[in-house]
Amino acid sequence: MTDDRTDMLSGQEELARDHLLPQLVAHLREHRARLRDEWAGRIREAHLLEAMTPREMVAETTSVYDNYVEVLETGSVEALQHYARDLSERIIPRGVETHEVVGIVLLLRDVLARSLFEKYQRDFGLLNEVLDAYEPAANRIANTVAVSFVEERERVIRQQQDAIKELSTPVLPVRERLLILPIIGVLDSERARQLTEQLLNGIRTHRAKVVVIDITGAPDVDQTVANHLVQTVDASRLMGASVIITGLSPTIAQTLVTIGVDLGKMNTIGDLQGGLEEAERLLGYRVTRTGVSDAS
Amino acid sequence: MNSGPALVSILRQGDTLVASVHTALDDSQMVRFQEDLVRQIGDHRARGVIIDVAALDVIDSFAARTLRALAEMARLRGAVTVIVGIQPDVAMSMVRLGMGMGAVATALDLEEGLGYLADLTSVPREGLRP
Repeated sequence: MTDDRTDMLSGQEELARDHLLPQLVAHLREHRARLRDEWAGRIREAHLLEAMTPREMVAETTSVYDNYVEVLETGSVEALQHYARDLSERIIPRGVETHEVVGIVLLLRDVLARSLFEKYQRDFGLLNEVLDAYEPAANRIANTVAVSFVEERERVIRQQQDAIKELSTPVLPVRERLLILPIIGVLDSERARQLTEQLLNGIRTHRAKVVVIDITGAPDVDQTVANHLVQTVDASRLMGASVIITGLSPTIAQTLVTIGVDLGKMNTIGDLQGGLEEAERLLGYRVTRTGVSDAS
Repeated sequence: MNSGPALVSILRQGDTLVASVHTALDDSQMVRFQEDLVRQIGDHRARGVIIDVAALDVIDSFAARTLRALAEMARLRGAVTVIVGIQPDVAMSMVRLGMGMGAVATALDLEEGLGYLADLTSVPREGLRP
């Protein structure tokens, strides 16, 4: 039943497209400059794409317009998809939002629809048929552009997440049996788990006895993060390494005391330098100046 | 009971006992191991005990509690216990489940454990430490 109806509809559409789309496309081509300017005016009125310069606006609106008409003509969205992805790649770094992109495509749809009303106002039946041909194609275009934009944005986000993940937790040997783990950026549960795993494997690989975890670069520490830190310290201890935590800022120290996290068992030292000195002391190193310095 | 390969071997090295757990022990085997070890501390007049759990990929709460109890019993019998060879994954899951080793000393592996005991019992010699 449903299938029948779909078939009928698409049959109707096909018929309409065969007869009317060429006419429609010819109309849009003929009034290209006027319609494009009208569209650009509407975009300005709606304060969309303000990140772009007027010259870029002209260039982009022209190519979007031409692509739009081409899709109406050929019915193939492939070229448009490609263009939309390309466009997204260019404008995403400039802070263009999803609602703007969807907004301008819908505006173009409206501008073109208005021009159709104007052209066919004498013949209501014909107007209906033209709209039957125009609307599904126009909606598909809006859909394609929006999806391409969002997909591109998600791709960028995924890429950045991967980059952060790779960069985030280097376990660095500084001396024999001494590791440093600088934590930079926000520490969420997933990262904390990954970090602990890397640290424990690092302890085994480097046979570390002391680990200095420096959280100078962590913007904020809450209950969850503090608990993760405690777990990391305990797990390291089970593997025979003692942990020194450095770089607790005054704000973080206040937060920790206020929310009542028990860090009593943790060895904390003000800054990384102090932490390294303490670690060297634990390992039995004594660093002395030779008296000869290249720096002076 | 004693058929098949040994689940745990207890070797004497000087005044240290080295107990290696070769495979996962069930609760009764764990208790038997504890009794054996505590008895042998007296037999050998051991001053140090190393329990190597490197072969275990799981340490459940009963095992953790037994190991802690064992260390305490050994202390009462005059020996210091070091648990060695806890694997990264095992350490992580133990901590996440809230079971630790309490005050019991832990070390990376057998060599580290022996080093720890040597530091405790002998007067540090020149050149012993880096």
